[in-house]
Amino acid sequence: MVFFVASKGLATFFTNGVSVSEFLTGIKWSPDGEPPSFGALPFITGSFATSILAACIAAPLSFCAAVFMTELMPKFGKRFMQPVIELLAGIPSVVYGFVGLSVVVPFLRSIFPGQGLGIAAGAIVLSIMILPTITSIATDSLSNLPRGLKEGSYALGATRWQTISRSILPAVLPSMLTGVVLGIARAFGEALAVQMVIGNSPHIPRSLFESASTLTSVITLSMGNTVKDTVQNNVLWSLALVLLVMTFVFVGIVRLLERRARR
Amino acid sequence: MRMSNKTADRIATAVFYFFAFLIIAVLASLIGFILYRGLGQISWHFLTSPPETFKTGGGIGPQLFNSLFLLVLTMIITVPLGIGAGIYMAEYSRPGRFTDFIRLVVEVLSSFPSIVVGLFGLLVFVQYFDLKFSLLAGALALTVFNLPLMVRITEQGIRGVPREQKEAGLALGLTRWHTITKVLLPVSLPTILTGTILAAGRVFGEAAALLFTAGMSSPRLDFTDWNPLSPVSPLNPLRPAETLAVHIWKINSEGVAPDAAQIAAGASAVLILTVLLFNLGSRWLGRFLYRKLTASR
Repeated sequence: MVFFVASKGLATFFTNGVSVSEFLTGIKWSPDGEPPSFGALPFITGSFATSILAACIAAPLSFCAAVFMTELMPKFGKRFMQPVIELLAGIPSVVYGFVGLSVVVPFLRSIFPGQGLGIAAGAIVLSIMILPTITSIATDSLSNLPRGLKEGSYALGATRWQTISRSILPAVLPSMLTGVVLGIARAFGEALAVQMVIGNSPHIPRSLFESASTLTSVITLSMGNTVKDTVQNNVLWSLALVLLVMTFVFVGIVRLLERRARR
Repeated sequence: MRMSNKTADRIATAVFYFFAFLIIAVLASLIGFILYRGLGQISWHFLTSPPETFKTGGGIGPQLFNSLFLLVLTMIITVPLGIGAGIYMAEYSRPGRFTDFIRLVVEVLSSFPSIVVGLFGLLVFVQYFDLKFSLLAGALALTVFNLPLMVRITEQGIRGVPREQKEAGLALGLTRWHTITKVLLPVSLPTILTGTILAAGRVFGEAAALLFTAGMSSPRLDFTDWNPLSPVSPLNPLRPAETLAVHIWKINSEGVAPDAAQIAAGASAVLILTVLLFNLGSRWLGRFLYRKLTASR
């Protein structure tokens, strides 16, 4: 698979003579223009901005949810919240996109200037999507903590908040980070839900509420409209290659974190 | 003045409660919203009639059928492969470089963005093997997407079997193969089955990988023609097929029917209900099988 995508993706640079640096740092994307230019930076920034923003929203929330489920109300959490969160992980992404389009976007439109489509909308939709991923990992690591850690802290007379913030949080931080990275990876590769709410204009947006694009949304939209083996088509494969490379980077980070945590 | 520890504790507890209930509220309203908007749309007519491009009153019949048929096709390919590979990983593989490498591949494969899987499917199955936009190409792409999950589920299921049970089988003079089929598989069946149903739910809702493999159009189907080789037969695996999830995406981004929003709402509700059904079904079946096979209550 890597071979196939890579061979297609590299063709842009070798056979069509688009320079790598222009591709990675150019900010003008007009494949049909005269002369055509292929700057993918707007999409790369768009992808990073949405997924990292989504992780910033989702990570604290899921930590709270995980603590709530394991420390504050274990019974209610196990019986009720965990199944609900698992269920959320199974909801198809197009449904999230649809909800985003019919709830989040009008909401943002009524509060902030602009159309409501944009990075903010994408990040909100994505954060709800990755919430279950991060929460379940955080919950797992919280319930795998040795009992002595918590009890020792309580025995010293610490309050619940002190216990959570001083001894539990540092202990689960590595696995929390793993969860967050996995969440970012998922958000990065998510295509349809983002494409539906982000607005799809090939610029680097000046604000969070302006229409933008991500790697995945461009591929989704343009792949069907271009002819095989043309520059316009090959450059989309290069975008896919960027996605692929990013996936490897994320997997690498996760592995690194896991090895660290074991030590 | 410094806040006392007790006050800080109370505030923190309140904050935790607040966020937890906020999340529950968001999730509940999410599902509630979809069902509320969508349930009104669902009727027998909606579920069975073909979609309309320019008029109101279109249904989702062919899409629903396509989704189910694609699910069956994918599972026919994925389940034997996944269970086989899982058994290998749990029982036959020796720890070492090669096994580590397989594990890494499986892990990377499972974190590939689904759109990249779809593009790969477009390149290899649709163009290279010349399957065109077809159900079969879609099923193969979904196999790539689903296989790592199946392998992991099977491996976990088999590793979860107590050592003594396996050793008892071997001690009775059973061959390794017999031990696997008569001892390990039955005991781990509930786990594997639950996982499979959850995987099926994921397949059912997947859209990005299908855009460029199963295609975005559905030819007129003749539901009285059950010859799998005829191009208008619903059973023909080589015809293009638009699934329910793809349909939702399509009418949201380029739909021109005046009631596109309602149809999307209805289709979303159907999708969610199906996933819900898969979820509850897997829980129930897992518990039922576990009781039946292990004589515990």
